[in-house]
Amino acid sequence: MKKFSKTLALALALVLCVGLLAACGETGTQGGQQTQTPETPDDEGAAAVVIKIGGTGPLTGGAAIYGNAVKNAAEIAVEEINALDGIHFELKFEDDQHDAEKAVNAYNTLKDWGMQISLGSVTSKPCEATSAETYADRIFALTPSASSTAVIELDATADPITYKDNQFQMCFTDPNQGSASAQYIFDKGLASKVAVIWKNDDVYSQGIYNTFVTRAAELGLEVVSDTTFNDDNAADFSVQIADAQSKGAELVFLPMYYEPAALIFNQAKAAGYAPAWFGVDGMDGILTLEGFDTALAEGVYLLTPFNADSTDARTVAFVEKYQARYGDIPNQFAADAYDCVYAYYQACTAAGVTADMSAEAVCEAMIEQFTTMSYDGLTGDGMTWDVTGAVTKSPKGMVIQNGAYVGLD
Amino acid sequence: MNFLNFLISGVSLGSVYAIIALGYTMVYGIAKMLNFAHGDVIMVGAYVCFFAISRYSLPPLLGVLLAVLLCTVLGIVIEKLAYKPLRAAPSLAVLITAIGVSYFLQNAAQLLWTSNPKVFPSFLDFGETGGIELFGGQLRVSYITIVTIAACVVIMLALTAFTGNTKMGKAMRACSEDKGAAQLMGINVNTTISVTFAIGSGLAAIAGVLLCSAYPTLVPTTGSMPGIKAFTAAVFGGIGSIPGAFLGGLLLGVIEILAKAYISTQLSDAIVFAVLIVVLLIKPTGLLGKPVNEKV
Repeated sequence: MKKFSKTLALALALVLCVGLLAACGETGTQGGQQTQTPETPDDEGAAAVVIKIGGTGPLTGGAAIYGNAVKNAAEIAVEEINALDGIHFELKFEDDQHDAEKAVNAYNTLKDWGMQISLGSVTSKPCEATSAETYADRIFALTPSASSTAVIELDATADPITYKDNQFQMCFTDPNQGSASAQYIFDKGLASKVAVIWKNDDVYSQGIYNTFVTRAAELGLEVVSDTTFNDDNAADFSVQIADAQSKGAELVFLPMYYEPAALIFNQAKAAGYAPAWFGVDGMDGILTLEGFDTALAEGVYLLTPFNADSTDARTVAFVEKYQARYGDIPNQFAADAYDCVYAYYQACTAAGVTADMSAEAVCEAMIEQFTTMSYDGLTGDGMTWDVTGAVTKSPKGMVIQNGAYVGLD
Repeated sequence: MNFLNFLISGVSLGSVYAIIALGYTMVYGIAKMLNFAHGDVIMVGAYVCFFAISRYSLPPLLGVLLAVLLCTVLGIVIEKLAYKPLRAAPSLAVLITAIGVSYFLQNAAQLLWTSNPKVFPSFLDFGETGGIELFGGQLRVSYITIVTIAACVVIMLALTAFTGNTKMGKAMRACSEDKGAAQLMGINVNTTISVTFAIGSGLAAIAGVLLCSAYPTLVPTTGSMPGIKAFTAAVFGGIGSIPGAFLGGLLLGVIEILAKAYISTQLSDAIVFAVLIVVLLIKPTGLLGKPVNEKV
């Protein structure tokens, strides 16, 4: 008896530990994987300026899809820029396994390497941690995809809220997406009764959800069903779907990434429920999900800054190059990263940044550039940044028709 | 009618837990070790089946057989490389190794197959609706649920018959009771435990196929959470007891769905684990576990 209960206690303790690990985004065991884009041979003479860019993101573990997308796209952009005359970049991307502590360690490695400007971190939690470091060390950071407001905020309890002056975002902040979605549904008259299914262990989902319901209430959209899930029970959605269905929701808002959304579409079809679906930028990628029956996503609306099926020449070239090299269709994380590197190229060129400038001097030049410049990229034209570091760009309304994104506006 | 629908959802979720729990409980019952890598062998099985069917267009049945075969080999290899050298080590060392194997498999899968999700082919969705409809379509039982429960029952009966009646089964029970004494009686303990792992991993492949047929998103971490839930189910039902794993799995699924439906979607996991704690407090060996009296 004694031996048995000992084993059992041990096992339960381990389950809890494993659960904890899983909750932290399923950290892997591989340590600090490094990648380095080789410096292009400098044969244009002494004029070539090489700026060191660093970034961290999950290259292994459960969130690896996002980190790898950013790293791959940034590498493509750096390579393209290095083939041109003028400023050249050297990129070093470190693995943070979607873990704040590891991100800070990775950041310190990058600092020792001599990083002059930073791509921050790919995901929100780690980026909150590294943005505090870049702020203290006066290194300019532009994150492709960490969309939480905590990334750019310095003191959220102050009134008015203060912001880190050298932390910028290429993606929308979460609150913007939530209110823009509610506004869009209202303006287009898509529904009057809506349901929301959101992920309660994810700051991204929760951030969008909070502003969505606030804005919906202001506009008089009725949120009839409000249900959640988390990483541990993201398999069965029958209850959430039944709740939305029984309360007569005409539209279901899904502030989440596309993996759970694919399951929701599948199970809603099985339950015979066919409302209008509305997603946010995390929904991008659903059509390229291998083996996914795109008929399930027919008629899904989404607000997203990037569309891999766009016929825009730059997007087509980027998608082709990405697919040829990495075998996947790039998602919006990749597009945001590509834009980050090109925005840096534009800003560094305009500011006349040189290789021997200290990170602090580059930081001051970048702050000035980013708050005054306008940038055209894959994820939007005429992007501007305000002093808080949040980007202004217009999300594009899309609807999925015959297995492809079609622009609505 | 809603209640019945939730009950059916619960049973279908539970049947997936149950089939995974069978593998856990069988290895625990015989080798007396918790194979935390079980969930990841499930994931490997699902990937093998996915590639066989979607990429190489093999018939589904062949895909499943291939998955079972490869997972069986994988199970034997893992046992030989990771667990066999630790036969005499304390059980804690084996547990930690199992967690290591679990992470190894997840990361290896990610390197081999990338972390991009794949959608598992729905070859168990026969017909238009993919299920049987009752009361004019108000109730719906999917074929996957029926197949999963049938597979659970068949496996349960087969395992019980195997351990009860065959020579190898007897050797397994002997090893389970006392490894040292079994060896003295001329039983090859190493072979017996290898066979146990082989069977457990073969079952994992079947569980992987059924798990991904029911919930078709496949990523390298697909097996880890259901694996942990299934382990909970196995403890709930009484770990080491084959019918206990089945019962525990079904109950866990039903409790999870009903808690979501009638109490809160936010608190459902807390409720499931609270029930587990209560059961273990009242009946420390689980619902169908036999009390073990250790002799001094």
